[in-house]
Amino acid sequence: MSFFQMPAPIAARRLFLGQSGLLLSGTAVALLSGQDALAAKSDGATGNDVQILNTALGAELEAIAAYQLGAESKLLEKPTLALALTFQGHHKEHAELLAKTVAKLGGKPATPKPSYDFPVQQLKSQADVLRFAARLEQGAVSAYLGAVPLFGNPDLAKAAASILGDEAMHWAVLRQAIGETPVPSAFVS
Amino acid sequence: MKPCSRLAASLLAAWMGAPAQAAPDALRGEQVYARCQACHALASDRVGPHHCGLFGRLAGSVPGFDYSEAMKKSRIVWNDATLDRFLAMPLAVVPGSSMTYAGIADPAERADLIAYLKQANGTPACAAFSKAQP
Repeated sequence: MSFFQMPAPIAARRLFLGQSGLLLSGTAVALLSGQDALAAKSDGATGNDVQILNTALGAELEAIAAYQLGAESKLLEKPTLALALTFQGHHKEHAELLAKTVAKLGGKPATPKPSYDFPVQQLKSQADVLRFAARLEQGAVSAYLGAVPLFGNPDLAKAAASILGDEAMHWAVLRQAIGETPVPSAFVS
Repeated sequence: MKPCSRLAASLLAAWMGAPAQAAPDALRGEQVYARCQACHALASDRVGPHHCGLFGRLAGSVPGFDYSEAMKKSRIVWNDATLDRFLAMPLAVVPGSSMTYAGIADPAERADLIAYLKQANGTPACAAFSKAQP
């Protein structure tokens, strides 16, 4: 399937939840699928975990706003706009699940900022928007990579790694769209 | 070979045989900085605070930015040495920081990143941004 024909966000959500349930285990599954009782029995999650999830949530909320900016810029052609909205949908899925997990662990989920300071003046073409999005996705990959080893609960680390994989795919597709080598190296950092 | 020539040759050989220690490189550092761009920018506050005006700044002191209590109380002043230590293991240096990132283990990468941040801070755009801050 072409990346321009990805499922709509609602379908992606079903896919995410369905596959998460199959691939993840323990606390992460319990938290991400809403099984409070099971989650309550699990241990290993720390205050640090809540902070890690909340920092990730802040970045996801900003990514949602960035894609919204791109979508409303009138700079994106139709198939690219559909792609951007699909990726935004993934970030919404990530944010929703992260917020629920933070709350279930007893934390206060980060909320969207009233406004974001994006480099609007530098976005003059579709390629500019895609480069901007690619930079954010690259940063997100690095951020999750730097967060995964910090989790006290390995199931949460696994769940974060699953999001990392999704963001890495976004980054690769965006690189391809702007004519760069989609996967520039064997490792991400 | 004259003694002084032998000495020069020995020094050259010793120098060439020494482990290569590349000087910090701002261009490589810019590539390392790409890892920070989920949360940081030079001239805007995002999930993390802006980096223009970083050197000499007291940690946790950007007006209006929502820092962790841990960072506000850290009493760190950002310079080459404190950045190097923090970037290696952020949560070990400031436990409770919102910068939930394992760190940059490679000292050379940290040096490159600090060189880039220093260079970026020297640009007119960054200087103007810093000057405009309250």
